Amino acid sequence: MAKYKMHLLVCGGTGCSASASAQIVSNLNEELSKQGLNNDVQVILTGCFGFCEKGPIVKVMPDNTFYTEVKPEDAATIVAEHVIKGRKVTRLLYTDPENKERISDSKHMGFYKKQLRIALRNCGFIDPENIDEYVSNEGYAAIAKVLTEMTAEQVIDEVKRSGLRGRGGGGFPTGLKWEIASKNHADQKYVVCNADEGDPGAFMDRSILEGDPHSVIEAMTINGFAIGATKGLIYIRAEYPLAIHRLQVAIGQAREYGLLGKDIFGSGFDFDIELRYGAGAFVCGEETALIHSMEGLRGEPTFKPPFPAQSGYMQKPTNVNNVETYANIPIIILKGADWFSKIGTEKSKGTKVFALAGQINNVGLIEVPMGITLREVIYEIGGGIKNGRAFKAVQTGGPSGGCLTEKHLDTPIDYDNLIAAGSMMGSGGMVVMDDTSCMVSIAKFYLEFTVEESCGKCTPCRIGNKRLSEILDKITKGNGTMADLEALRNLAAVIKDTALCGLGQTSPNPVLSTLDNFGNEYLEHVRDKKCSAGVCKSLMKYVIDAEHCVGCTACARNCPVNAISGEKKMPHVINTELCIKCGACIERCKFNAISIK
Amino acid sequence: MEFVNIKIDDKPVQAQKGQMILKAARAVGIEIPTLCYYELNGQQLENRPGGCRVCVVEVAGRKNLAPACATEVMEGMEIKTHSLRVVNARRTVVELLLSDHPASCLICSKSGKCELQTLAQKLGIRDIPFKGEQSMYKKDDSPAIIREMNKCIMCRRCETVCNKLQTVGALSAVNRGFMAVVATAFEQDLAHSTCTMCGQCVQACPVGALSEVNQTRQVIQAISNPAKTVVVQTAPAVRVALGEEFGLEPGTIVTGQMAAALRRIGFDYVFDTDFAADLTIMEEGTELLERISKVMAGDKSVRLPILTSCCPGWVNFFETNYTDMLDVPSTAKSPQQMFGAIAKSYWAEKIGVKREDMVVVSVMPCVAKKFECQRDEFKENGNPDVDYSITTRELAELIKQFNIDFNSLAEEDFDNPLGASTGAAVIFGATGGVIEAATRTAYEVFTGKTLDKVDFTALRGLEGVRSATVDFNGTPIHIGIAHGLGNARRLLDMVRNGEANFHAIEVMACPGGCVGGAGQPFHHGDFSKVEKRFEAIYREDAGKPIRKSHENPYIKQLYDEFLGKPCGEKSHHLLHTHYFDKSKQIEVEG
Amino acid sequence: MTQIKSLADLKALKTNIQEKMDTRAKGNKDGLVQVKVAMATCGIAAGAKQVFDYFLTESEKRGIDIVLTQTGCMGYCHAEPTIEVTVPGKDPIVFGYVDVKKADEIIEKYIKNGELVEGIIPVNYETVQKN
Repeated sequence: MAKYKMHLLVCGGTGCSASASAQIVSNLNEELSKQGLNNDVQVILTGCFGFCEKGPIVKVMPDNTFYTEVKPEDAATIVAEHVIKGRKVTRLLYTDPENKERISDSKHMGFYKKQLRIALRNCGFIDPENIDEYVSNEGYAAIAKVLTEMTAEQVIDEVKRSGLRGRGGGGFPTGLKWEIASKNHADQKYVVCNADEGDPGAFMDRSILEGDPHSVIEAMTINGFAIGATKGLIYIRAEYPLAIHRLQVAIGQAREYGLLGKDIFGSGFDFDIELRYGAGAFVCGEETALIHSMEGLRGEPTFKPPFPAQSGYMQKPTNVNNVETYANIPIIILKGADWFSKIGTEKSKGTKVFALAGQINNVGLIEVPMGITLREVIYEIGGGIKNGRAFKAVQTGGPSGGCLTEKHLDTPIDYDNLIAAGSMMGSGGMVVMDDTSCMVSIAKFYLEFTVEESCGKCTPCRIGNKRLSEILDKITKGNGTMADLEALRNLAAVIKDTALCGLGQTSPNPVLSTLDNFGNEYLEHVRDKKCSAGVCKSLMKYVIDAEHCVGCTACARNCPVNAISGEKKMPHVINTELCIKCGACIERCKFNAISIK
Repeated sequence: MEFVNIKIDDKPVQAQKGQMILKAARAVGIEIPTLCYYELNGQQLENRPGGCRVCVVEVAGRKNLAPACATEVMEGMEIKTHSLRVVNARRTVVELLLSDHPASCLICSKSGKCELQTLAQKLGIRDIPFKGEQSMYKKDDSPAIIREMNKCIMCRRCETVCNKLQTVGALSAVNRGFMAVVATAFEQDLAHSTCTMCGQCVQACPVGALSEVNQTRQVIQAISNPAKTVVVQTAPAVRVALGEEFGLEPGTIVTGQMAAALRRIGFDYVFDTDFAADLTIMEEGTELLERISKVMAGDKSVRLPILTSCCPGWVNFFETNYTDMLDVPSTAKSPQQMFGAIAKSYWAEKIGVKREDMVVVSVMPCVAKKFECQRDEFKENGNPDVDYSITTRELAELIKQFNIDFNSLAEEDFDNPLGASTGAAVIFGATGGVIEAATRTAYEVFTGKTLDKVDFTALRGLEGVRSATVDFNGTPIHIGIAHGLGNARRLLDMVRNGEANFHAIEVMACPGGCVGGAGQPFHHGDFSKVEKRFEAIYREDAGKPIRKSHENPYIKQLYDEFLGKPCGEKSHHLLHTHYFDKSKQIEVEG
Repeated sequence: MTQIKSLADLKALKTNIQEKMDTRAKGNKDGLVQVKVAMATCGIAAGAKQVFDYFLTESEKRGIDIVLTQTGCMGYCHAEPTIEVTVPGKDPIVFGYVDVKKADEIIEKYIKNGELVEGIIPVNYETVQKN
């Protein structure tokens, strides 16, 4: 059996495939066999490197040489120079855009810094059900440092100086939140971890809890010490059974080690954590609603102030942070605020985890430094748009976010820029859409979600969002009027201005951002009764092209509602009044004579 | 008191620190409309969900509009209550509410008194720009209260009143989003819930989602039937509130005009529930003294305290929540039912009318009375002692239907004998009144001495839970009083846990007693109206020539001619009742 | 399990664990192959549990000494189930779309012979150094 000395990894991602990566593989193999090296060197097609902009990519292992923009005809050179002579082909090496230097070792490429795993540092590396693996990766070293070397004020100061902001969506400065909670005195205080992740398609928090539960436990303990709370609660949705299981195991192990419980690290500080299960209401991710739900009350928000830091769980000062926020805490304590605050932008420090989804090649969980552009995320990490189609929009911030367009692609991602662009950071959903997406339908989809998930407490959210979604429905059905567009904008603005909680205040974002960025598409639906993306069924018209139709009658025979008529061997016609747009005719037509208009 | 300096609509205002914008504005005469905010001043009840969003105002420096009901005034705050942005938002919010509201104002019980209707008028809404799905719910007809949740605007006042004020827990919000609605457990009918029919939810509802069962039609039909002799009785609290329906100040005493109006409407006999209240004192007072004597003599078969049982909401409450104490309340029927029992026996015999041909109508400040008169215990061969119980509001409707110029009516007296009453009977209409009336009589019976000073001011007041000790010539009698069922629960829990020892306790389900009853003119959360009625009750008492129940000559006559003695055999049959464990009836159907 | 009552305790535990791991990994001359299976909900839903069990039973059957661990999400949702294989002396390799058949191929070709198989997911991120 062959024991390969060298591997040539050729990117097989969609982008590179389009630029003939298969041809590169076959050329490489040809060259190798010519040289009699095919038992020593293996050529293999891999998944997407994500670096489609500079594709096709060939990576040589074990020396990690990274060749970009390789053409099939470069195969001979690579084999002759690199494989045989051990000399790197300089012209194919990646050029650092900043210092124009050619970089031979992929480990030193800035590209790899596009993704920086801080919150996800242990996910996929350690066994989440084994506390020892966490400990051996500097786990519980932060709480040890806090309890043996630091005062509560120092901890809060460190978190404040780090610039960490809430990762649940709002982006409130975490250190400030802790400080407020610490200053409100009470016989009992609480620390609550918000693990009620509810954005459709978002699973950042679940992944952290499933992959690295101890980091959250450790962070909550640090939080407890900082604000003077001895009880921690994790509000987690019941439909996350694995995360619950891993948390239970982790809490059990931490208790056995004495890392939870009485007198932690002999410091006299007591802290313990309990789980509280949510039934999956989106609105319970809002901190006041979450607290009411934990108290056994109806999960609906109350007006702030009072903030939970003043009067939260059981009317006691309570600090609520989200899972990802917590996952950042231990490493901030260990490496210091200065280190953390060097990452990111001026007002948004550190990294953000996103669940990258939609019409993108590398659907996945990514963690990127704040300030990265949407373009970098979509094209360099996400591997570009599926099936080589055109990018149309990216939706960030979940159902409360907005749809951004081409013109926003070079906007550095941070809390403030996204809001300025009409969207928001949210908890980290990022859905990429191509030209087959109808933006009116997208807005309708998100509105339908909010309508379902509104708690129903305040009028604008309960009835207003319902009316918004009804108007959108009317437009997608081809019954919209210009007055509806006006009503849509006015109503959306009023909802934003008057709704009680963050859910309601942001729920019109998908409508407003699509109106702003894709206004023509609305106009097209209303005025021209047309949906160019071909999504809105009511607006589609099936038409037979007389030039291509040979009168084979296949379509007429298969139409379930007899909407197609015509003489044999003569062009057929579809009666659009009768047509139910089922598509059976298109499927049957062998002459591509039927199209949707 | 600390103050902050703020500006409301460019007007410099000194507002109380800690106050919400809504109240600070009201204090300087700027009315910010709201549909959900509701409070009962002095009764520790505030519904402030901040949900209707009608009271939103512009606060300088804030990104979004702020709810005036839930935003605290801060030094230097600049508030615009009616800016263009505010008016547009407020109008849109009300239009949204209307878009999910049936346009059935023509026949709605709240029409003309509806806060939503009034606001829509004020905002000049002439069409509803939003067309779409409307909420559809089954109409829930209970014996006393009708729920039409199609009309609900989710203000949550009923929920707060039911849970916080009354601790009944029959109503709470269910479902999410557009489907969110206030409902009973498992969305059962009210009749199958823990509802006591106290009706405070009806009193609080800003729209017509909650209303009382209206029986004015049946009353008119009975009067128009020549074969029927129709007798009407009016409860004490009605006479101090009815005038409000005719533009009079709350607390105006209209006893004489009311009697006149009832005659104009065509009732054959215009009697007074107050007569039956005096009768109640005879029965309940005697029962109290008997029980006290037995307990003092070491009889273990009875226990104290004795609880008043005049209030049907309260009876329903303890039948559901204090089933271990069903032997504690007095067995005396309520005045409404005593009246019906006497009218259909003693009086019917006297005037030679068959029971079946007599119709007894009661005018009550109460919604639960409608339920009470339908209880099986209060029927003979299916014929109820009281046929119809209508509220103060329904009586006002009748008077208006008959085009009676109420305010210019000359005062008239009730008919005798069942119209004669004492001051002790009138105070049944206010919290503490029943026990004070009982004390006036019990004192004289117990001590054998004449009571010169009949005003037991220690028993009066509007504090939720009160207690006092009355000296019965050397024997201290401990009395507890609660109004509002939440307060009653607090008091009863103390008794149940052995933390309090009382000889007698008076409970009224509604805040303020019957003057604050659910059948009274809507006060829209202005509790000062209830306070004025409360004061009027004591004025009416003070003006009465006789102020002790046992001195009512017609009561004496009734015992002489018919009943024999208080708590005697005939009384036992006609004037006393028993209680049921209702906790088991609250179950999920099907 | 002993309680950790001081910083020294924690450090001792850490050293102890790391030593054990090193012994595991570098115990014999060639070292042990480490296989990590991403077993978050999505991985499990895609079949990671079967892959994990397969490695467990097959490594024993075929007499290969591997250190098998479950981990959380590796982030490659588009290619679940994913596993990471570290052959001593080489960089870790992540394989995506691993089913039982692919697992067999990985054992036979890559673990035994160092021959790469289709389905490699190039790692394109950096992880923060913890100390």
